[in-house]
Amino acid sequence: MADAQTLKQLVLGRKDVQDLSDTEQEPPPDLMTVNMGPSHPAMHGTVRIVLTVDGEKIVKSDIHPGYLHRCFEKESEYATYTQVFPYTDRLNYVSPMINNCGWAMAVEKLMGLTGKLPKRVEYIRVIISEMSRMTDHLTCIGASAMELGAFTAFLYFLKSREWLYELLEKISGARLTHSYVRVGGVAKDLPADWDADLTHCLDKIVGVIDEVEVMLNNNKIFRDRMAGIGAMTRADAIASGCVGPIARACGVDYDVRRDHPYSVYPELEFDVPLGTTGDCYDRYLVRVEELKQCIRILRQCQKQIPDGPIMVDDPRCSLPPKTDTYNTIESMIRHFKHIMDGVRVPAGEGYAFVEGGNGELGFFVVADGTGRPYKAYCRSPSFVHLSTAGQLIHDHFIADVVPIFGMINMIGGECDK
Amino acid sequence: MSKKVLDALTAKFPSAIVRTATANGDEIAWIKRDDLLAVAKWLRDDPAMAFDAPVFCTCIDWLDWKPQHNNRPPPEWGSAWNETKPRFTVCYQLRSVAHKHRLRLEIELPENDPRCASLAELWPAFNWQERETFDMYGIKFENHPDLRRIYLYEEFVGYPLRKDYPKEKRQPLVRRDDLPINPIKAEHK
Repeated sequence: MADAQTLKQLVLGRKDVQDLSDTEQEPPPDLMTVNMGPSHPAMHGTVRIVLTVDGEKIVKSDIHPGYLHRCFEKESEYATYTQVFPYTDRLNYVSPMINNCGWAMAVEKLMGLTGKLPKRVEYIRVIISEMSRMTDHLTCIGASAMELGAFTAFLYFLKSREWLYELLEKISGARLTHSYVRVGGVAKDLPADWDADLTHCLDKIVGVIDEVEVMLNNNKIFRDRMAGIGAMTRADAIASGCVGPIARACGVDYDVRRDHPYSVYPELEFDVPLGTTGDCYDRYLVRVEELKQCIRILRQCQKQIPDGPIMVDDPRCSLPPKTDTYNTIESMIRHFKHIMDGVRVPAGEGYAFVEGGNGELGFFVVADGTGRPYKAYCRSPSFVHLSTAGQLIHDHFIADVVPIFGMINMIGGECDK
Repeated sequence: MSKKVLDALTAKFPSAIVRTATANGDEIAWIKRDDLLAVAKWLRDDPAMAFDAPVFCTCIDWLDWKPQHNNRPPPEWGSAWNETKPRFTVCYQLRSVAHKHRLRLEIELPENDPRCASLAELWPAFNWQERETFDMYGIKFENHPDLRRIYLYEEFVGYPLRKDYPKEKRQPLVRRDDLPINPIKAEHK
């Protein structure tokens, strides 16, 4: 026996629990510091948490974002207003169209163009925003389900996300970083058969959502890991600046689309789902319901979208027609100045915000009258939500960090700018 | 509706408000630095104001400010920045869930003494946002519970979003214990 034990220690470098003395079987009495991330599969994007754990229980945590910091704000100060669009694509790279719209709205606010865009532009923006919101929620739910072991739900949702990406690619020309919106309009009109494609796509997704709901809603493992985990009270959610699905899961009845209506949202009918307990399971339910509301909005848009121009008729932000550019010197110069100097925005400051995938996404812009922003600031919901994570994971087990993080849906690009 | 907020604020704190304005649909109140905490506390606790939700905190560096097509620039001191003008403006955007109104507080800070009261005690969301503003602009928030850099590493020298920080400057973080301390860092201290 003794020989066997020594052999096991020598060969395998370990002991069985029953071979340990009584004192060795106890977990270590001291607190332990563990690094979770930055490149951990469950840390969406890259974020590092320095956890102080008592056994498996988290007693203290220090979250370090910033591994994906690409100086969005500094780069924007050196780019023309139009050149900022590709940067905004890379903020929340799961729903880039909403970022595009948010930036365009901030610039239009300073130019006094809010509410003066052609109806078709506003409808196109709502359509692409809602499609982006769907890709965001599909990714969030799918990835979180996968981290809890439900791989089928992940594959189903990513497959449906791909249908939406294919359609967005058809509309904009790029699968992920669309850069489709422009100041005062959009880059090009919707393709001829977008209506039928979207109907087909939504019909399929309705079925997929039903299938995934059957798989997850009353799944014992899923519910045990989600219900009661990472709960937040309504008052905490408000004071911590939470917005979007996370705040709504806590019962905060706030949706930018309804409470500070922009674009053509007042003409559309949709409900704002609310949770009661504010835990991870409620966040999941709110997101699923929002998916259904997105489909509802999209179907209304399909019926209501009018024909018309796709760019506001304002020489400050629309390019001259191509025939004029090639045939008259004035239009040629205007085209050149527009591209090289950028859209001239009158001096001033303004904050415009939209309902992003994770809540109120805003851009605070200070303009000095030139074609480049003097200052561009992005109010990123992910950053604000991540700041609450330390409080949410407190007193939970290490394994609970995964669903809490999944449902906060921190997007590295948006959080770290 | 929000104009009422500005009027009530001016009536309540006549000496603390430098001026108020409505620019591009946003309500803005410029507050004296020393009165910020009292004003903010009242804004949060008064039932008619009820600014319970924080939105964002950031800062504007006016160093390169030379506005063109200048009709109404945001700072009242107008045209171009010079040494006699306050260099930084810290902005706090607040929102009320109940009344659905919004307000931006702006605090002007001199170049040689960029300190400002921290509002992290009143709204926990400002904890990280003020850390970000400190990280990027070097604003010292007084009584902040944990004022550290947040995006950048602690060895980083300078504040990258200030206008005098060159865009092309690189500061790779390479730990080499055998080399002497970075001369830039020594000089900065």
